[in-house]
Amino acid sequence: MIPIEKEGIRNMATRIGKYTLRLDSSPSLVGYAAIASKKESEGPLASYIDVLNDDPMFGQKTWEMAESRMQQEVAEIALRKCSLSPGDISYLFAGDLLNQCIGSHYGMREIGIPFLGLYGACSTMAEGLALSALFVDTDIAANTMAVTSSHFCSSERQFRFPLAYGGQRPPTAQWTVTGAGAAIVGKNSVPPYVKAVTIGTIEDKGVKDISNMGSAMAPAAAQTLTRYFSDTLTNESNYDLILTGDLAGVGSDLLLQLMRGEGYDIRKKHSDCGLMIYDMQNQGVDAGGSGCGCSATVLCSYILQSMREGRLNDVLFIATGALMSTVSVQQGQSIPAIAHLVHLSTKPN
Amino acid sequence: MKHITNNEYAQMVKKASPPSNSAVSIPMAFLFGGAICTLGEALINLYIHWGVEKDVAYACGSITLVFLSALLTGLNVYDDLGKIGGAGTLVPITGFANAVASPALEFKTEGYIMGIGAKLFAISGPVIVYGISAGVIYGLILYLFQLY
Repeated sequence: MIPIEKEGIRNMATRIGKYTLRLDSSPSLVGYAAIASKKESEGPLASYIDVLNDDPMFGQKTWEMAESRMQQEVAEIALRKCSLSPGDISYLFAGDLLNQCIGSHYGMREIGIPFLGLYGACSTMAEGLALSALFVDTDIAANTMAVTSSHFCSSERQFRFPLAYGGQRPPTAQWTVTGAGAAIVGKNSVPPYVKAVTIGTIEDKGVKDISNMGSAMAPAAAQTLTRYFSDTLTNESNYDLILTGDLAGVGSDLLLQLMRGEGYDIRKKHSDCGLMIYDMQNQGVDAGGSGCGCSATVLCSYILQSMREGRLNDVLFIATGALMSTVSVQQGQSIPAIAHLVHLSTKPN
Repeated sequence: MKHITNNEYAQMVKKASPPSNSAVSIPMAFLFGGAICTLGEALINLYIHWGVEKDVAYACGSITLVFLSALLTGLNVYDDLGKIGGAGTLVPITGFANAVASPALEFKTEGYIMGIGAKLFAISGPVIVYGISAGVIYGLILYLFQLY
């Protein structure tokens, strides 16, 4: 018979309010890495990203395999940076935008870590990070890893038009980031820590325009953020940065308006990964960046590094995802959206 | 969160979304579309000048434009022109050629049958289907009128 493990005091995430879980042990983000390509290398955050490859094919034969290659590489770099090996990781949470998540499934097929695939569209980084932190906090894993990616070219061909098609993009359109990020969560040791997570609900305010996804996602972000504030009895003044995933210009505007309606003025604290990764004036990205790789590369480079260096102390990371498919859009359905929140801090609970 | 109806939110979205800059896009479409058509006219005149019959010269002009468009698509230039030219590069026959050549390039990774073969008309297919359908209906109407 398998011996029953000695009963000890186990950590348990505590539910606060209706939607928020406080991670009592405050797991640490022990390692992180980001990888991106040429357009991102011309953006303002380039110096924080671990690897910038000018070849958007990443040495592969197809865009999909290029995306998988990014995931594989970014996971390897994150492990190397915190001196861990795949065998030290108990669970891996990964996802991407491609049908059946092939970016993750092919990228992670050789790593040999128990794998849980996620689809949360561009919210996947927050979803993966939340689950990673919960697994560590509840003592069922020593270390966990969250990885996501997106690739401009694989997304364009799946969701929009061939690359060489000469169409014009409306000013509300967003540019899918070619990049991937990996975050490794371990037992409480060094800052930054994951203090709480709020899992979002699916929100749909009837937006049907696939070229205006920031608008579709803003209500989900507002909903999750409002719930987090009311569950934790805090407001924007308690945080250095409220960072949404990829609402970009239009969606960020709408989020500020929706939050004002709730009595929170987050203007001075809010920023959006989609507005940070590119030079909005000169890179021709219309409303800004998007994709699972957008929030992943910004978080796993500039944000986590700034937190480690003490320039940022309390960050609410709210990655947002638009959950439609090309089929649902063609069938005239509106775009459901979701937002998950992760509270990162340099001070543990 | 306070309840906002879908209609109220649609109004907010409309206000927050910047419109296309038609003060730029319309003149650009005119210039690019006009330039392509002027080039077509020049080609036709050139072919006539070279002794090609008028009817054949028109076909040769179109074929040359289609060739140039496919070539520029392959060189990744046509999509850059399209970003500026908009409808001006989309509507003429060159836009149609681009709509056929670009999926051919994009889907070659899925092979000649299920890739290029199946996806070649992914964008231009509807134009062909409804173009031919409209032609048939128009032809029928014309035929009926000519009966009396």
